This record gives sequence, structure tokens and C-alpha cells, in this order.
Amino acid sequence: MVSLYISGPSWAHRLPAAVKLVFLCLITLLLFPLDQWWQQAIGLAAVLGFYGSLGKKGLKALKVLKNLLWMLSFIFLIHLAFTSWEDGIVISLRLVTLVLLANFLSITTKMDDLMDAIEPLFRPLSVFGVTSKKIALAVALVIRFVPMLMAVFMSLQEAYRARTGKGSSMRLLAPFVIHALKLADEVAEALTARGGADGYENTASR
Amino acid sequence: MGQDKALVQIAFYAALIAALGLLPAVAIPFVSGVPITAQTLGVMLAGVMLGPLRGGLAVLLVLFLTALGLPLLAGGRGGLGVFMGPSAGFLIGWFFGAITTGYIMQLMKNQSVLVSAAIASIVGGIGVVYALGIPGLSVMAGLPLDKAALGSAVYLPGDLVKAAIAAVVAQTVARGMPSALHSRS
Repeated sequence: MVSLYISGPSWAHRLPAAVKLVFLCLITLLLFPLDQWWQQAIGLAAVLGFYGSLGKKGLKALKVLKNLLWMLSFIFLIHLAFTSWEDGIVISLRLVTLVLLANFLSITTKMDDLMDAIEPLFRPLSVFGVTSKKIALAVALVIRFVPMLMAVFMSLQEAYRARTGKGSSMRLLAPFVIHALKLADEVAEALTARGGADGYENTASR
Repeated sequence: MGQDKALVQIAFYAALIAALGLLPAVAIPFVSGVPITAQTLGVMLAGVMLGPLRGGLAVLLVLFLTALGLPLLAGGRGGLGVFMGPSAGFLIGWFFGAITTGYIMQLMKNQSVLVSAAIASIVGGIGVVYALGIPGLSVMAGLPLDKAALGSAVYLPGDLVKAAIAAVVAQTVARGMPSALHSRS
């Protein structure tokens, strides 16, 4: 699994993650209420400038907009039909700017750095037994489980194709979940055998 | 052991939600021309199978990893950008939807798995998700509430199909592996 992060050095990579998070919140709060199209256009131009400052890789990262296109045209059409096209333009510009800005943080910040930056926010949770080590273990497990689940599904699909000649079916979902749950049970047993989530905490000392 | 198992289960269902969004093979056929994925099926299943607490935490874990920058949402979307997008309210709705789904499963302990999972998925996985998603769309897209609701209605047929599938899967799994239905134990 590939994270959105683009390796770098750049001015944005050098900024600490916490600073970037605070800036993101501030700029979002500032930009949200502006209702003139030229104000939003300036915001968008600035964010596009950020991407441009990363060079070619940065411009390539603008392809995230592709995912937004369908929603955006839909929202614009509703505005066109029910409110006004001016509103449609201001709001479309604002959406693109805010999404690109938040995404800019994601592409210039390593996952680990981001996690370290927000780690203090989790500290109160340790009252409920949710330690940051446990969260880190859960994160690692998900990252490992996703490709594993994909592999389980692919093998079921292959067998189904061999039997029926058809590509795939919703019928595969139940056996898929059962197969995968058995694997999860094994992982839980293995974790306990190695001292459990808390044992992990002791052995993986920093 | 209990805690380790809970941790692994939460991580497992989080991964399931992600995998269901990534598998093109289980993409549900187009209903009313809107591309939909099986991702919310995972949200329903997490609530139905794990119950309110663990189910809710599994969804929270997916959202957390997405915010950290992993492309776990359908179509490979991820990063903080999705929480600024028009469907941010729906993502928050997933969390409360999974909790509600799990809670209803517990309330209907004495009913059949099929019936209770279907009702729980519809109320939690559709009702609660839309109840948060529509106001979210309204705010992010600057639309009046009724227009936002109208826009979201195109996803309704697909979501009803997913609730039905969640119920059938839950029943089959409960039969093949009764211990997997944690919402009832």
C-alpha cells in the first residue's frame, strides 16, 4: 500500500507537521466564510503555487482533483438550477482550494511525523486503556491486513472462476469473511503467545 | 487474551472496510448511474458483527489512517483532503452509523440474525449515515438541506442493496462460525 506522501526535500517538507496542521486549520477557517469569487480565486492560486513549488511531482499530485470532478460538477449543477451560478463558482472554487490545501499537508508529511505530532492528543485516552502503543499496533495491523484480505479474496475469486467460468459474485463475500476471520483469530493467538499488546509495549521500547 | 483479540478484531474490520473499497470485483452494479462501492457494506458489517464499541472503533481506525494519508477510501482516496470534501459528513456518519448498527443488533438479541442485521444496517448504516452526511454536504457545498438530500438520494438504492447483502453475509457467517458474531456475546 502506497501512502500519498511524496518524497522530498522542499520548504513544505521541512516545516514541522504540527505547524502545518495548525496552519491548515487557520487557513480553512479564514477561507471558508469568504463569499467573493475573486477572494476564493486568490486562495486557489496560492494553493496551486504551493503545488508548483514542489516541481513536477507536485503538479502530478494535482490528479486528486479527478476524484472530486463528479461531485463538483453535480454540486455546480444544483447551484445553477436552484441558487445562482455565482454561488456555484464561489463554492466550487472553495471546495477545490480546501481539498487541495489539506491534501498538500498529506503529500508533504510522513505518516510517522504526522502521528508523532498528534500523539499528545491521544494521551488522555490512556485512562481507558487506549495507549498510543496500542494505537500504533492497530495501525500496523491494518496496513498488514489490507493486502492479506485482498489476497484471500483473489484466491476465492480464482476458484470461483474455475468452477463457474464467471468472474465474481456477491456469494463470495460470506466465505471471504469467514476465511479472513479465521486468519484474524490466528493473528490474535500469535499476539497473545508473544506477550500480547502490552508485551509488545515492553519489548518494542523506544 | 480478551484485549488482544479485541484489538486484532478492530484492526481486522478496519482492514475489511478498506479492502471492500479497493476490490473492484465486488463493486455493486451501477444503480441509477452512480458509481458505488462496497465500502459502506464494511461499515454495516463492522457494526453488525462487532457490536457498538468495537464496530465504532474499527470505523474510527479507518478514518484515522485515511487522515494520516493512506488511500484507503474507495477509488484510492485518502489524506486530509477527503475531510474537506463534500462527503466529509458521510465519513463522520460512518462512525456513528456503525455504533448505532451494533447497538440495534444488541437490542434485537432474540430476533433472527437475518432480520436484525437488515434492520440494524438500514437504521445505522443508512439512516444515521445520511442524517450526518446530508447536513455535511449542505455545509461543504453551500446547498440548501433539501437539495443536498435530493443529491444524496441517488445512493439510496445501492445502499439498500448493501444492507441486504450485509444481512445475508451476517447470517451465513453466524451459521458457519457462530463465535464471529460478537455483537451478541
